[in-house]
Amino acid sequence: MTEMVVEASKAIALAAKLCRPKVIPMYPITPQTHIVENLAEIINNGELDAEIIHAESEHSACSALLGAQASGIRTFSATASQGLALMFEVLPIVAGNRMPCVMAVANRALSAPINIWNDHSDAVSVRDQGWIQIYVESTQEAIDTLIQLYRVCESKEVMLPGMLCIDGFTLSHVYERAFVPDQSEVDEFLPEYKPLNILDPANPITMGPIAFPNSYMEFKKMQHEAMLLAKKEIEKANQEFGKKFGRKYGNGLIETYRMEDAKYAIIGMGTLIGTARTVVDKLREKKKKVGLIKLRSLRPFPDEKLRKAIEGLKGLAVIDRHISVGYEGPLYTDLRSAFYGSKLTLSNYIAGLGGRDITAAHIEKVFIDLMNGKSGGWLL
Amino acid sequence: MIRGLPEEEYFASGHRACAGCGGAIAIRHVTKAAGPNTIIVQATGCMEVVSTPYPETAWKLPYIHSAFDNNAAVASGIEAALKKAGKKVNIIVFGGDGATFDIGFGALSGALERGHNFLYVCNDNDAYMNTGIQRSGATPKYAHTTTSPAGKVIPGKIQFKKPLPFIIASHRSPYVATASIHDINDLYAKVRRGLSIGGPCYLQVYSPCVPGWGYDTAKTVEIAKLAVETKYYPLYEIENGILRITHKPSENKSIESYLKMQARFKHLSPEQIREVQAAVDNEWARLLEMEEKKCKLY
Repeated sequence: MTEMVVEASKAIALAAKLCRPKVIPMYPITPQTHIVENLAEIINNGELDAEIIHAESEHSACSALLGAQASGIRTFSATASQGLALMFEVLPIVAGNRMPCVMAVANRALSAPINIWNDHSDAVSVRDQGWIQIYVESTQEAIDTLIQLYRVCESKEVMLPGMLCIDGFTLSHVYERAFVPDQSEVDEFLPEYKPLNILDPANPITMGPIAFPNSYMEFKKMQHEAMLLAKKEIEKANQEFGKKFGRKYGNGLIETYRMEDAKYAIIGMGTLIGTARTVVDKLREKKKKVGLIKLRSLRPFPDEKLRKAIEGLKGLAVIDRHISVGYEGPLYTDLRSAFYGSKLTLSNYIAGLGGRDITAAHIEKVFIDLMNGKSGGWLL
Repeated sequence: MIRGLPEEEYFASGHRACAGCGGAIAIRHVTKAAGPNTIIVQATGCMEVVSTPYPETAWKLPYIHSAFDNNAAVASGIEAALKKAGKKVNIIVFGGDGATFDIGFGALSGALERGHNFLYVCNDNDAYMNTGIQRSGATPKYAHTTTSPAGKVIPGKIQFKKPLPFIIASHRSPYVATASIHDINDLYAKVRRGLSIGGPCYLQVYSPCVPGWGYDTAKTVEIAKLAVETKYYPLYEIENGILRITHKPSENKSIESYLKMQARFKHLSPEQIREVQAAVDNEWARLLEMEEKKCKLY
């Protein structure tokens, strides 16, 4: 294990290297570019035995990811925003072919207006395409989660692709202290990739057939069931990672903070959680019974864990870094559905779009509103 | 069965292609030439739909289909992975002209520039046939399609076919060739040549389409032959940038005989036929000159 002060993008590249991907298709896009730049340097310096594919678009990068993974090797890539949008067509194909590709997404707003800064509109917009999505808060969590994600995605019960979602700039470009595990430790935690089906002339199979109405639904149902099983695998990976490396993130699906006797809480994803922690501490000093829920896994959605987490709570404010234009925050929609029938008061805040800061003052206002029974709104 | 060709079939009969499908003839013989140590990557299109209705498959080779516009990119990933695994396997990438000339062109261009080792085979039937005969960048001038109908004012497609083999060759592709499903020996030899040279090679096979072109089911091979004999679809290969015409028709057959066989050209006026003939003659003269002068295309 090496302790260092490192930019999160570089840390993700180092973590990817430790997972030994053999093919890395890449295409630059802000704010993800530092990840692939660092990987290119690692590979060109002979520190990782992998093939770079300098794709001419994200659509092709994702397609190459599929082709490489279908050939039986581990892969990695990274993208953001418009890049993820351009990949959209291929995302459900990767998932539908049950290819456990892993990709980092440095979350960034979607155009228009063009904006290179953080929100979750890119990844949340592709939420339903069969990729596991885990949102993280810190550099350390990004490193640890990336390593875990390969294990989750490649487990035989799951065999689905996964996205490591990091906030663009607010995490991707931040330097933090982090511990980077040793190769031997990661090799023990993450065994060599053993594919179930590969393109092999010795055993020819057809991948990507046309499914008629009499079989398409069965494929989708199996995919859905695998995604539900991924919940257990995410918990297991978090648990076993904790045992080996001494770091855990809640139960893997969600992480709670000072929720034991909390009456009011905030739930959100990504870096806003760090800010919210300090606000919770401050309000706790004032004897306010407040807490915090960090949602790590947006898909699969940990509804049971969430229902458990809100026991005893009076009010919960949901902070969405995305707006389902014409309705409400998508996380809020998911949570209202998960908490249907409970007496919990829920409010929804749209915040941090296009890189707008979510400040401690914002979070404090949300708590005060919540305790005063006020409804949500836009944190401008 | 054509004498001298392997008896093994890698594209099984029983697929759901139309009677007289030129594309199916092309795939059958391209895969024979490639042999069993081959991975197939295919774009969405007729040939994918007819060959992989789950749980059936016509493919006796490892096969992957993913989307319409990314076969060259998927092949790039496969090639990179095989390189890392130290495996030597032929990669054949199939796409129709819609996938190749139009929607997948960016992906193909990127893969050519990167220099992946595969043979790309374009089943060129002059239009988007899978969706029901729509105009593509490969559709020839004046052809009637459902999106370029022969109307009272606009007589079918008004542009010429995209000169894709030359665009591919300009990417420094080591081997680019055209072929036709009527001359299987030539097609076979060109597949072998492309695979033996290595690098991103390109083969464009003229594959008549019965419903798309509007002719009698039994005439597929005849019509393909006529396209070549009238010089409408010249057969050539471009090796390391130098063009060689691989078949020079012995007699000067007029283009009219070819056009008249097909419903898609039935609206052409004598003047328009003369224009097509002039374009064909020009292109042939250009090819001859290029061959004679040993022009370097790159």
